[in-house]
Amino acid sequence: MKEFSYTITDPQGIHARPAGEFVKAAAAFPCDVKIAKGDKEMNAKGILGVMSLGVKQGEEITVKCDGENEEAAAEALEKFLKENL
Amino acid sequence: MLEITGKSVFGGVAIGPVKIYRKQENVVKRSKVDDVEAEVTRFDAAKDTAKQQLSALHDKALKEVGETNAAIFEAHRMFLEDPGYLDSVYNIIRTQSVNAEVAVATTGDNYAEMLAAMDDDYMKARSADVRDVSNRVISVLQGNAGDGSLGDEPVILLADDLAPSETVQLDKSKVLSFVTRHGSTNSHTAILARTMGIPAIIGADFAEDIDGKPGIVDGALGKLFIDPDEETLQKYTKQKAELDEKKRLLQELKGKENVTKDGRKINLYANIGGVGDVAEVLENDAGGIGLFRSEFLYLKKDDYPTEEEQFEAYRKVAQMMAGKKVIIRTLDIGADKQADYFHLDHEDNPAMGFRAIRICLKRPEIFKTQLRAIFRASYYGNIAIMYPMIISVDEVKRIKEIVAEVKGELDAANIPYGDVEQGIMVETPAAVIMSEELAQEVDFFSIGTNDLTQYTLACDRQNAAVEDFADTHHPAVLRSIETTIKNGHKGGAWVGICGELGADTSLTETFLRMGVDELSVSPSRILSVRDAIRKVDLSK
Repeated sequence: MKEFSYTITDPQGIHARPAGEFVKAAAAFPCDVKIAKGDKEMNAKGILGVMSLGVKQGEEITVKCDGENEEAAAEALEKFLKENL
Repeated sequence: MLEITGKSVFGGVAIGPVKIYRKQENVVKRSKVDDVEAEVTRFDAAKDTAKQQLSALHDKALKEVGETNAAIFEAHRMFLEDPGYLDSVYNIIRTQSVNAEVAVATTGDNYAEMLAAMDDDYMKARSADVRDVSNRVISVLQGNAGDGSLGDEPVILLADDLAPSETVQLDKSKVLSFVTRHGSTNSHTAILARTMGIPAIIGADFAEDIDGKPGIVDGALGKLFIDPDEETLQKYTKQKAELDEKKRLLQELKGKENVTKDGRKINLYANIGGVGDVAEVLENDAGGIGLFRSEFLYLKKDDYPTEEEQFEAYRKVAQMMAGKKVIIRTLDIGADKQADYFHLDHEDNPAMGFRAIRICLKRPEIFKTQLRAIFRASYYGNIAIMYPMIISVDEVKRIKEIVAEVKGELDAANIPYGDVEQGIMVETPAAVIMSEELAQEVDFFSIGTNDLTQYTLACDRQNAAVEDFADTHHPAVLRSIETTIKNGHKGGAWVGICGELGADTSLTETFLRMGVDELSVSPSRILSVRDAIRKVDLSK
């Protein structure tokens, strides 16, 4: 399993639009992808789950990739977060 | 005449008959199904049809309200791809042997309630979106088709609340104004009203019996008048004509140059307080960002923002502005803007206290982190830096030493950065008096008229008792501005104004005659200042 943490810098946090884009990026990989904030963990391939975490600016999230192609998935998602959120 | 008051979402005046919008109600009846797998297949087919409809709505919204606001339909389509949502529907059908309509309604309600319970107004507003999408699937399952026809005559549209899909389906050429009982200023109706530039009110408690009656909406005051009397009608007819003329003028001014009748051009930039303001800057056709306040990165936080966090914010703005100038003002904390983790002592007179550049020079580690972030971001666009609260040439020299250290470190680490213009805020009488010498040291001046007025007139901005004395048109303030411009030019620095006075169109000609090179104003003021510039003839 590959795991990394990231602190959101976007002032609006993860609202619907970036949540959708993040979900699309996660769905492009075959492995399981989870996104967690505090002790709440959600399937990162579902937009409602990601939105329901209500991640705001300055909050830290953890992304866990588990399964086929997990290395590439973690790398791509970390890059996505840095560039967009 | 009946007067109903709500909350303003967007200003403007609308006059016309009111029409109460009736939602398409889906009545969901629970029924047992024998073949649950056939029911799952029926749901999947309905879901796919709903997704196709949402893609079509997305395309329509793209044309009507632009990409940013159309994105909601993309999100809606993705609701119907969410594994959690789908699993919930499948589960309910399979375990309870019920019809798909019930499974969708239950799942939609659960998710909507979950979002409604969140401690976040934006997410709360999204709960209506989940219900709307679920409703759409139910409509498909039941074979109901909604349409957005409103009749031939344009109307003031009244509704309980309007879902995004309803607002997009409406024939917009027939809507003069939106008035809703519920909804928030973040709701799609509110966003749409702002994009369309039509008056809108939320939280208006109207009765059902007013349907079809003549009405007037005053968006700015949040008022709806039903059966207006002659006097009210005349007043608003006149006001509407004036507003229409103004709107037409402003639309005409988009894409035009900031040039006087005799051909003098100046730069007209926008002031922003965060990444989220950039859309409004572009919308109003500003030529750049003349004041990017960096405080948002520091305020409402528990600890100092990291270099990475700052870098991302600056880079994002620089890239969104695509080569147009972005002037970042370094940390201006202290006085009325406080953050606990700075551990600043209580001061009796904070406006004259330990703030802005004074903190940066005393605590260079904070300053260097910000400078590194700004220089790194400068590689991605056209970034300039300005330093607030300067009172002496010596301060500028010390800043330049620190900047040289930062650049040296970046060079050593092989980190690229761009050409960065450096300037200072002229907002203290000392800086005005020393402006000739200061101009030798910097690329530009930006006059901060709010603080300059406070310090020149010795009138505390926070003290309401001296408000009447704080005359921003005071000759001492205007003469200080003139001196700064003249001395700036003498020393080879260009000079702009970024305080509130920059947007005061009664002074635009005065500033142009003084030779100002740039005005930076809030995004919503750009076009009216442009209008003022274009009316000036300096040859007369």
